[in-house]
Amino acid sequence: MKVILVTGRTVKQGFWKEYGKFSKAYMESVSVCYMDARDMERLGIKDGTNVQVSTKHGSTILKALKSTRGKHSGIIFVPYGPWINGVVDPETDSVGMPSFKGTQAEVEPAPEKPVLSLEELLKKQFRKLNR
Amino acid sequence: MRTVKHVTCPVCGCLCDDLELTIKDEKVVKVKNGCALCKAKFLGYSKHRVLKPLVRKNGRFFEVSYEEAVSRAAEILTEANYPLLYGWSMTSCEAVSAGIELAEEIGGVIDTTSTLCHGPSTLGIQDVGISSATLGQVRHRADLIVYWGSNPLIAHPRHMERYTIFRKGRFQKEKRKLIVVDVRKTETAETADIFLQIKPNMDYEVLQALRALIRDQELDVDEVAGIPTERLEEIADTMVECRFGALFFGSGLTMTRGKNRNIDAVLSLVSDLNKLTKFIAMPMRGHFNVTGADMILTWQTGYPYAVDFSLGYPRYNPGETSAVDILLREESDAALVVASDPVASLPRKAAEHLAENPLIVVDPHMSATARMADVVLPSTFVGIESGGTAYRMDHVPLPLKKIVEPPEGILSDEEILRIILSEVKRKKAEQMENP
Repeated sequence: MKVILVTGRTVKQGFWKEYGKFSKAYMESVSVCYMDARDMERLGIKDGTNVQVSTKHGSTILKALKSTRGKHSGIIFVPYGPWINGVVDPETDSVGMPSFKGTQAEVEPAPEKPVLSLEELLKKQFRKLNR
Repeated sequence: MRTVKHVTCPVCGCLCDDLELTIKDEKVVKVKNGCALCKAKFLGYSKHRVLKPLVRKNGRFFEVSYEEAVSRAAEILTEANYPLLYGWSMTSCEAVSAGIELAEEIGGVIDTTSTLCHGPSTLGIQDVGISSATLGQVRHRADLIVYWGSNPLIAHPRHMERYTIFRKGRFQKEKRKLIVVDVRKTETAETADIFLQIKPNMDYEVLQALRALIRDQELDVDEVAGIPTERLEEIADTMVECRFGALFFGSGLTMTRGKNRNIDAVLSLVSDLNKLTKFIAMPMRGHFNVTGADMILTWQTGYPYAVDFSLGYPRYNPGETSAVDILLREESDAALVVASDPVASLPRKAAEHLAENPLIVVDPHMSATARMADVVLPSTFVGIESGGTAYRMDHVPLPLKKIVEPPEGILSDEEILRIILSEVKRKKAEQMENP
């Protein structure tokens, strides 16, 4: 399903990052994708099913959660963090700022794929940790 | 057990300065007046600490002395042709000042996290100018509040309680009116009198439509970004009819399509409104001293962020001299990160090149960036274990307090940067003598 990806701050992300980025609570607060209930129904997924979010820049596995923020069909909201940063558009339009909000993305159910821990994610994404 | 009053909070750009902390055995055990984010920091900061300098050898970290780690850091920085010095928004102005001196000494680029939050706002302000005020003026006088692309209940939890909607002012006793513009019905939007849920990436269109309406021009369309024109007329009337309006804008404007052009539009709207009433605008600055980093850079180099010293004098051209662009073009050949976690916050392609650089990290925590580092220099928490100065989002400087003793032997960001600077100078003098 085609959606627009918006990343941003959540209270849980702001709270748990102070307890350390390698904590399980931080991972659980950031590796999630808030979706409109109607969009979840259309994808045939439940609250808590894993989804794959992809753009032409990359893809990631996140846990889909039902959004409590009114209706926003066609928009997914993902907290700032390393899980989604491989997916956002790095283009700065010559002003230095990447496009963290408003990127075209694709969401598909991925119930069999696991959400990686921060250590696993960094090892997968960064060559430096595998030397 | 002791209490410390009037503590400034080192979390967000609100810099609330009314905290009361209870200390027991050099640990903060109770926080009065703080928000959830503030409590998380004061009660949780001591977890996941790095307590010994680390140097990577053959892929693994080894504990070393500060002396050895600083020597390695200075070696990396003096050997580099185009080092990037990044971060700076969660430390004191004094540390930023030392960082700028270091950047000049090694001919590097110094950029702050402004580049990822309100860099486009700075560009907009440089294009259009800004009519602004202190938060105290807003608190006592504003009768209309607008939050555009900003969710203060989450990102600046006490902004509304201290300065706007949930607070009576000396000259503003009645309830203020609140307009929220966003792409989702955020927590802040729930409390609004008027909520405009606009289509993503269309803020610019809505802002320009409002500018037209305020000048009594007619729109020949039925809707803009999903909002009926009649509703926009209602908003324009509300804005014109207020006595003192305050528009706060967040990264909902700077990170979407248009970026700095959205800021041009929002500041032009406020400028237009000032012909009819009193209106101010203010970016909702995120990290507690990101404003201070801008201020110190401006007064020491003439530019607010993305300052390049590679030619021996300061140069500023965001898009060219800004961190993400330098990293995407794979130009930097070493990096120093202070008080920030870019591996967790930059787009991955930029973070990848950062990790490939010989990387020095000054941070109290084992962050994702520290995990990638070649040298980790553990530091104190500014505003908890060491003092300094920080600037609130409205450019009011406030003192940060040292509340508890740092872990034994741990130095502050400023001390570490000063030692690196003198070691760099020593190494350079040595090279001059024995070329």
